[in-house]
Amino acid sequence: MTQATFSIRRGGRETAELVDYRTDVTEGMVVLDAVHQIQAESAPDLACRWNCKAGKCGSCSAEINGMPKLMCMTRLDTIPLDEPVTIEPMRAFPPVKDLITDVSWNYEVKKRIKKFKPRKPDAEDGTWRMMQEDVDRVQEFRKCIECFLCQDVCHVLRDHEKHAEFIGPRFLVYTAALEMHPLDVENRTQDLKDAHGIGYCNITKCCTKVCPEHITITDNAIIPLKERVVDEHYDPIGKLVKLFRKR
Amino acid sequence: MASNLVSIQRRGFGQTMRKDTWWVAPLLTFIGLGSFVLYSTWAAFQGAHYWVPGTGYLSPFYSPELFGNSPHALFGPQPSWIPSWLPFSPALLILWAPGGFRFTCYYYRGAYYKAMWADPIACAVGEPRKGYRGENWFPLILQNIHRYFLYLAIFFLFFLAYDAWSAMWFQAADGTWRFGVGVGTLVLTANVFCLGFYTLSCHSLRHLVGGVYDVLSNKPIRKKAYGCVSSLNKRHMLFAWISLFVVGFSDIYVRLVSMGIWTDYRII
Ligand code: SF4
Ligand code: SF4
Ligand code: FES
Ligand code: FES
Repeated sequence: MTQATFSIRRGGRETAELVDYRTDVTEGMVVLDAVHQIQAESAPDLACRWNCKAGKCGSCSAEINGMPKLMCMTRLDTIPLDEPVTIEPMRAFPPVKDLITDVSWNYEVKKRIKKFKPRKPDAEDGTWRMMQEDVDRVQEFRKCIECFLCQDVCHVLRDHEKHAEFIGPRFLVYTAALEMHPLDVENRTQDLKDAHGIGYCNITKCCTKVCPEHITITDNAIIPLKERVVDEHYDPIGKLVKLFRKR
Repeated sequence: MASNLVSIQRRGFGQTMRKDTWWVAPLLTFIGLGSFVLYSTWAAFQGAHYWVPGTGYLSPFYSPELFGNSPHALFGPQPSWIPSWLPFSPALLILWAPGGFRFTCYYYRGAYYKAMWADPIACAVGEPRKGYRGENWFPLILQNIHRYFLYLAIFFLFFLAYDAWSAMWFQAADGTWRFGVGVGTLVLTANVFCLGFYTLSCHSLRHLVGGVYDVLSNKPIRKKAYGCVSSLNKRHMLFAWISLFVVGFSDIYVRLVSMGIWTDYRII
């Protein structure tokens, strides 16, 4: 039976250290299995969040060998086991205990984004009609499982702590889903520019790289939103042309 | 809000728990972009060997040639109102446009912020500077003018297409111009195609042709255009690199043929 060593962050809100655990590795195991096995064998008080073990609940986010990943979707055969595998909590949020972080900042941010505001109903009975091809574009954004891995890897939050000024890639995706929805008539560009700090994103695409749902965050959500902000705020010629067209 | 603001222990430059070779990609970008910038700046200042007498070849760095001493010049030789103490080269008059287009391109921005400015050098790796203003403030807020450079780049494409056409004509011994195809013709034709794919896969173009609307089902032409640009856009990074390489090579090719170091092989 092969064995592997896992260096897991143990500790509370203030101090913590990496503690090594050795455990058996069998075929098809994922990192979350190893963590559970370690809990059962040698560390019953090891705290970790998980729910579905299918990459759908977004609870088991962690940093495995330094990269933000879902523990339940990271197979052990994809990481080198000849040296200790580090498992740490997400860095962009305050640690609570062991692998658990306090992600409540994200829920506060979500409340600040203008809600969905549909146009007047299309039919007498208060219903709407829309074409599938028009909702296709936002469908991608709805795959988000709110694992917050993108928030964790984004250097604006992770390294520069702009949590007060920048909503992060997850919520740019969320805003894109609302803003590009065919029925929505709300305008969020002013907010995007000022309150949501879209200009802080420097399109370095780390969020896209770590998204377990493979949402093309930067290219399909953030850049199109940046372009909409340009329309409103940085394109005087375009504004002028629009003015004349309206006449 | 303040209660749940996050306080993180900042990592120093290059600090990370990553164990893979995260430095390879930024290093390759650094070498690739760095050598292009160096070469193109050098080539732009030369002001010579950018066209080949007896053929229609003109280096893309020098096209359109507004003023200059080659037969390609649109408005004749260097005008007297340009002070003679300024370094003059036809490339310096126009190269800011394609240069600015690439500089403000969403792909290149992300790439050089990483490789040249280490902001971040790679994902989940510590950064050298604590302060950060992103594209929210001057000077990087100016990146938002990308679409104006896009208009110029589209305009330039027509000149480059015309250059590819010119590259199909060669002067015969009796002085008449005859149709032909040399290796240079292929290079300059490939160049306009690569730059075309790069330009037409631009994020700003994608927005302008259709992305600006939430409903496209009632705008069939825009819908088609949006679909086309979007599918090219998926490969924008690839086109960015290929076109960068090909445009650089086109200049090298014309330069070396013009200097007589390489011989242009005639196919037809
Ligand atoms: S692309 Fe923007 S939002 Fe995504 S990780 Fe980079 S800076 Fe953050
Ligand atoms: S966008 Fe992707 S990485 Fe970000 S929270 Fe949603 S699923 Fe996770
Ligand atoms: S346990 Fe649900 S995503 Fe990993
Ligand atoms: S985004 Fe790259 S050329 Fe416009």
